[in-house]
Amino acid sequence: MNIVVCIKQVPDTETQIKIASDGKSIETDDIKWVMNPYDEFGVEEALVLQKEKGAEVTVVGAGPQRVTEALRTALAMGADKAVLIEDDDFYGADPITVAKVLAKAIEPLNPDIIFFGQRAVDDDSGVVGSAVAEFLDMPQLSVVTKVEVGDGTVQAHRPVEGATLVLESTLPCVITAQKGLNEPRYASLPGIMKAKKKPLEVISLADLGVERDDKLEIVALNPPPERAPGKQVEGETGQEIAINLVKLLREEAKVI
Amino acid sequence: MAENTILKGGAFILEPGNVEICFTPEDWSDEHRMIYKTTMDFVNNECMPHVEKIEAKNEEFARQLFATAGELGLLGTDVPEEYGGLGLDKMSTCVVTEAMGTAPSFAVSHGAHTGIGTLPIVYYGTKEQKEKYLPDLAMGTKIAAYCLTESGAGSDAVGGCRTKAVLSEDGKHYILNGEKIFITNGGWADTFIVFAKIDGTDFTAFIVERDFPGVSSGAEEKKLGIKGSSTTPVIFEDAQVPVENMLYERGKGHHIALNVLNIGRYKLGAATLGGIKGALGIATRYAKDRQQFGRSIAEFGMIREKLARIATQAYMAESVIYRTVGMIDASLEHVDRADPDYPAKASEAIREYAIECAMCKVFGSEVLDYTVDECVQIHGGYGYTAEYPAERYFRDARINRIFEGTNEVNRLLIPGETIKRAMSGKLPFMQAATNLLGEIMEYSPLMVELPDEPLALQEHMVGMCKKAVIFVAGVAAQKFMMGLAQEQEVLARMADMTIETFALESGLLRAKKAIAKLGEEKAALYIQFVEAYLDETIPKIETWAKQALAYIEEGDDLRTQLVGLRKLLKYQPINAIAVKQAIADMVVEKNGYPLG
Repeated sequence: MNIVVCIKQVPDTETQIKIASDGKSIETDDIKWVMNPYDEFGVEEALVLQKEKGAEVTVVGAGPQRVTEALRTALAMGADKAVLIEDDDFYGADPITVAKVLAKAIEPLNPDIIFFGQRAVDDDSGVVGSAVAEFLDMPQLSVVTKVEVGDGTVQAHRPVEGATLVLESTLPCVITAQKGLNEPRYASLPGIMKAKKKPLEVISLADLGVERDDKLEIVALNPPPERAPGKQVEGETGQEIAINLVKLLREEAKVI
Repeated sequence: MAENTILKGGAFILEPGNVEICFTPEDWSDEHRMIYKTTMDFVNNECMPHVEKIEAKNEEFARQLFATAGELGLLGTDVPEEYGGLGLDKMSTCVVTEAMGTAPSFAVSHGAHTGIGTLPIVYYGTKEQKEKYLPDLAMGTKIAAYCLTESGAGSDAVGGCRTKAVLSEDGKHYILNGEKIFITNGGWADTFIVFAKIDGTDFTAFIVERDFPGVSSGAEEKKLGIKGSSTTPVIFEDAQVPVENMLYERGKGHHIALNVLNIGRYKLGAATLGGIKGALGIATRYAKDRQQFGRSIAEFGMIREKLARIATQAYMAESVIYRTVGMIDASLEHVDRADPDYPAKASEAIREYAIECAMCKVFGSEVLDYTVDECVQIHGGYGYTAEYPAERYFRDARINRIFEGTNEVNRLLIPGETIKRAMSGKLPFMQAATNLLGEIMEYSPLMVELPDEPLALQEHMVGMCKKAVIFVAGVAAQKFMMGLAQEQEVLARMADMTIETFALESGLLRAKKAIAKLGEEKAALYIQFVEAYLDETIPKIETWAKQALAYIEEGDDLRTQLVGLRKLLKYQPINAIAVKQAIADMVVEKNGYPLG
């Protein structure tokens, strides 16, 4: 059994994001990069299957050289090999372009299951997994919190408003992981040392025969509006404060 | 890094600094960075959410933490692979130790277990002893402790040791009697490294298991801080220790005790770094959140200067510690691992850097204390309550100036060891002192022309600080001769001058490396750290030197020496307030240590 996990490298959620001078991208100079947290669920699920079914796990990422770090982390967690599609200008690419590139790179790996995070925490587009399924003509089980692999089939759970949808599909298929699927393991120190010796293949867009043809463009990136400062309600007595509060709620906040 | 160039221990004061062989945190490998992340994840996910349980000294939970840490490899970096560890470089151990340093109390439990509890067996154990004990210690299924201190044997650990070992009549056991105190992990440990005098004379180490007859631990100490770690007396009443559990050789316990302490000291330096960065982080976030006079207090100059000072000192501590570990790793590369005598040779190679190890310990623990003190201050009244973590950081930090050799003992070691090496001809110190006396007469700061490049002034001053150290040491040695060892106040000032000069140079070399790699603009913060620290430190060095000279000499001799000293340390202050304002901007923006 072959399992592929696609990994996106995203800014650490604790990093303070600064908008670059072009007004439509972020400053990437000083950022700490990590593996997209939803992708970690995909890696963990793949590693469970690696142990249960003897599956071989390949992690695939695209972007500049620094993406290697996220791939190495997955190798340290226990993945068997990695592929980096190296391209300096890939961060922020049209998700459909990303999917095309990934599909091209994944196809020769002959996967039975392709895991994605259900979305990336940076741009929140949530498109790439579905688009890869489409390009590879595979069924897609999206936003799942439980996966059970049978003989040539897979069952997965998707939480929907107050209920659980149980899906079944034949293999090969695409699965996108939702929070709750599992608890991703740490990259242990023995794992980190082993990862050093695991194969990491670097290929280019040219190797894949794909040319960038982005149809979607980010035109502007706006920071969230600054929160207005709080207001202390004045008054000598409790009664007075209550009156002033009601007044403010009515006249300023206009909620009553 | 030029691996074949090895700096002799203590030699930095006599030689110009070499950027090429100065290891910096920026030289961490990908693996080091991943090890750091894994350890931080362990601390943030397994320790931080359970502070209350840890503080309550919950043994079961502590064992669980050890087991999880063991599984992740966080206990095995120094244990060879054939005994269930990872056998990594010292840098990896320090990376783990630094990250673990942020963990409340468990930092100390972990440090005692992996360091003084495990290393004596790693370095001095027989093959059988290693096979028997190391795998469990590396996996965390067993906990280790180190029993050296007694009520009458603190800093004078060897001389004051009263625990006795006597061979049993059948020759199968040593019978141990005595009481050790302040034993970290004392209430939990399964194996103890115990020092005792065979027949009351030969200071010797033993591996003692808790289950051996006659071994028990006393009540938990009620401590000021690190309340979540176990600290108890360990009592030996006719304790039966099989003869094969003697560690290394009879009468050679002091080799183990002293060498393991060298390692313990640079490791402790790394652990304090974790605490420093942790406390700076909470202080910064609090300062940003706290509003007074309608503004965040992180906008106020006096708060900002505190944040900038802490960050600057953190940079220096980091530079000192990783430079030292880099020296040790470079030196260990020249010791053949296949050599049957490897452990003894390796610990000898580490001993070479006893001076640097002591500096890591003193500098790190004092920066930490400054940090946690200001962290409470920034929190104001809330910092004094247990509701905020600043209070715990403040209490937990204090022990670091006491254990692994008090800072006083470590201060004495710095000039003491330097003088010893000078006397034996290992360091050409006397020659340098004699040359300097002639040089000073001719020297005029007016003749100095500095190149037009960043940090040129600071580089010049670091060179002058070294001369000031040699100058004072030379004058003191000439005056007191062998009696210098008794002049502790002079030695303390020599130690402080040495430590600060080492810190300055380590920070400087690191900044120069950063400039070479990133360019002046992107290395601005490194440059600012060195500028700010040097500006605050030169007056201190000059004061210590003056005080020492005024004690040693008087009259015309003193006047001549003070003129010489003033020439050496002539320094026109820079606009350090503006530099610190720039540093504070970065600290506030990054929510803490800005190079982390």
